Amino acid sequence: MRFSAFNALPRLLVFAALLAMPWLVTSDYYVNIASQIVIAAILALSLNLLIGFGGMISLGHAAYLGVAAYLTIYLTAHAGFGHLTGAVIAIGATTVLAMLFGYLALRASGLGFLMITLALGQILWGVAYRWASLTGGDNGLGGLKRPHPFGLDLNDPIIFYYFVLFFLAIAVWCIARFIQSGLGQSLQGTRDQPRRMRALGYNVWLIQWLSFVFSGFWGAVAGLLYAYYHQFVSPQTLHLTTSAETLLMVIAGGTGTLLGPVVGAALVVILKNVVSAYITRWLILLGVIFVAIVLFMPEGLVPGARRALRALRGSSRTDTVAEASSIAKDGA
Amino acid sequence: MPRFCILLSTTVLAVLALTPAQAAEPLKVGFMTVRSGALAAGGRQMEEGLKLCMDEHHGEMAGRKIDLITADTAGQPAVTKTKAQELVERDGAQVLIGPLAAFEALAIDDYIRQTKTPIISPSAAAEDLTQRKPNPWFVRAVGTSAQAHHPLGEYAAKDLHYKKIAIIADDFAFGHEIAAGFQRTFEENGGKVVQKLWSPLNTAEYGTYITQIDPDVDAVFAAFAGGNGIKFLSEYKNYGMQKPVLGAMTTVDEGILKRMGNEAVGVISAGWYSAAIDTPANKKFVAAVRKAYNADPGYYTVGAYMACQFLNNALEQVKGDISNKEAFMKALRNVNIPESPYGPVKLDKFGQPILDITIRKVEKKDGRLQNVVIKTYPAVSQFWTYGADKFLKSPVYSRDWKPAK
Repeated sequence: MRFSAFNALPRLLVFAALLAMPWLVTSDYYVNIASQIVIAAILALSLNLLIGFGGMISLGHAAYLGVAAYLTIYLTAHAGFGHLTGAVIAIGATTVLAMLFGYLALRASGLGFLMITLALGQILWGVAYRWASLTGGDNGLGGLKRPHPFGLDLNDPIIFYYFVLFFLAIAVWCIARFIQSGLGQSLQGTRDQPRRMRALGYNVWLIQWLSFVFSGFWGAVAGLLYAYYHQFVSPQTLHLTTSAETLLMVIAGGTGTLLGPVVGAALVVILKNVVSAYITRWLILLGVIFVAIVLFMPEGLVPGARRALRALRGSSRTDTVAEASSIAKDGA
Repeated sequence: MPRFCILLSTTVLAVLALTPAQAAEPLKVGFMTVRSGALAAGGRQMEEGLKLCMDEHHGEMAGRKIDLITADTAGQPAVTKTKAQELVERDGAQVLIGPLAAFEALAIDDYIRQTKTPIISPSAAAEDLTQRKPNPWFVRAVGTSAQAHHPLGEYAAKDLHYKKIAIIADDFAFGHEIAAGFQRTFEENGGKVVQKLWSPLNTAEYGTYITQIDPDVDAVFAAFAGGNGIKFLSEYKNYGMQKPVLGAMTTVDEGILKRMGNEAVGVISAGWYSAAIDTPANKKFVAAVRKAYNADPGYYTVGAYMACQFLNNALEQVKGDISNKEAFMKALRNVNIPESPYGPVKLDKFGQPILDITIRKVEKKDGRLQNVVIKTYPAVSQFWTYGADKFLKSPVYSRDWKPAK
């Protein structure tokens, strides 16, 4: 992942757009939508770590979002913990949960892994639904007041937006560093050639487990921000549809890229919340868009757009060797 | 600094200039319904009820044009919050009607408090919304889960002389609250709930539950929401069960009664509304609904219709001037409608209507199934006869509230 100008430009553009967003829109409503996109992007990035770089397709990622959100609200609004303690315990406990889930799910790979994550996620949904004395059952859990870190009033939509954007920036940076690190590189090795990696003496299970936990940690961060944003959590947060939606964000945006999940998150959140105001059958539209992506850009929006740009440039230049090497590097 | 002063003064002037014009502007009412997902059937009935009421007032209340903005919450709490923001922040809605489900109403509870937006709930029945977690900006246009089922418990024990009853109910908060309310008054009047069966909301087949029912009971109390009542009653008959069935309001709601057959005949239930209530106000309402939609009004239709009437009543009290939110909210809490499809309606200090509760029996009349009224309990409070203080001291009704004996 070398930062050539060509590679960095779209990222810089997206980053600049995200930074300037509150000045581009007319109403707090859109700032709040942007905050939701950013939170969904963090979750999608963490899932992408598993799917895009680890080749592990999980259908239980809502677990981290939901558990961290439940814990945050329960601890701070109902059990009398402070915001900082609540946040630390929520993220810590969710990461421990990821350790356990990783231990269970990584006994299998491929379809088996998918089914175990699905089952674990549904167990948590069932617990949230049934353990009504703790979770409020299907009526959910609310009552959280947004914190005031460093004197910032998070009730202000713009301040809240920059607050979550700050976390997204850290997430992108950490995940990029992780991917470039030896561990991240060997994770991609286990994705492509697990047997060869094993033969080379790598502990494939440990590499995958550590990545799984790292991914769970960022899922928990997304859950914390989700709790701050919505100030409410119900079993639907833990439901399979949340996991599937996140998976959709990753696949639509482009697996194995840093920008892809962010674009995918924006696509899904905007369709679900904004477009649905104009088109009653927005779910059908989402389906059509997804089919179009699969037909025309099966690798996802971001890599697909890159390919299209490259094809445009390629037709005007003859420097095909350099292009080919840039393509090869791009995958890494 | 001078520039700031100019800016400030022009802003103030602009605001002042705008204020008198406001009275003539249409009043923006945000309506949260469900058009996609499992709850869409109820959402459509709500839209029908609301439209009927708006048409009745020719889109004008207290001299002000009503600008109705509709949003689809998809029945998901997270989307509901975004939709509330959309209505309030982007579209400038000054009053909200909705949402459909209790968990949706709870999801926007904090938001409503923050933005101080008056909201009228046309269907969410969760007890605590007007009990242990009352929101000063919230009023409800329907009964609470247990409000109709306290009287039914007493009726089952005193009038029907049932001694032992088995309860089967949907396994979610609404089912839990109905079951607990019924059990409480039934047992206080000498009855005994010997069994409580909880079936998941998405149960495909009730056979396993029906076969578990104790053969010695006098009757079965079945509390279902959505379309589950249809499935349960037809399977109950197919299994050859002879014990009489008592139903919750939503088990034999008019919205689903039209899809039932003879298996529903004889089911006794309680509700704050029945399409068969014999008053001029209700006859007129039912005729209008039958004309427009060729169906009897049920829970959601009448709920949304009444939410809209509440709005009208409150707006008339403040003469269409909603600029003072506190005054408008006071008027909304003070809603008093002597004649309505429900009967006379007043609100208690928690924003919950005090309603006439009818005991209804499903009969075939005029070629269709109807909830014929057999008894009326006038002016029933959400606290039944316990009084607010005593009632609120005990925890909210739940799945574990009093196990079966």
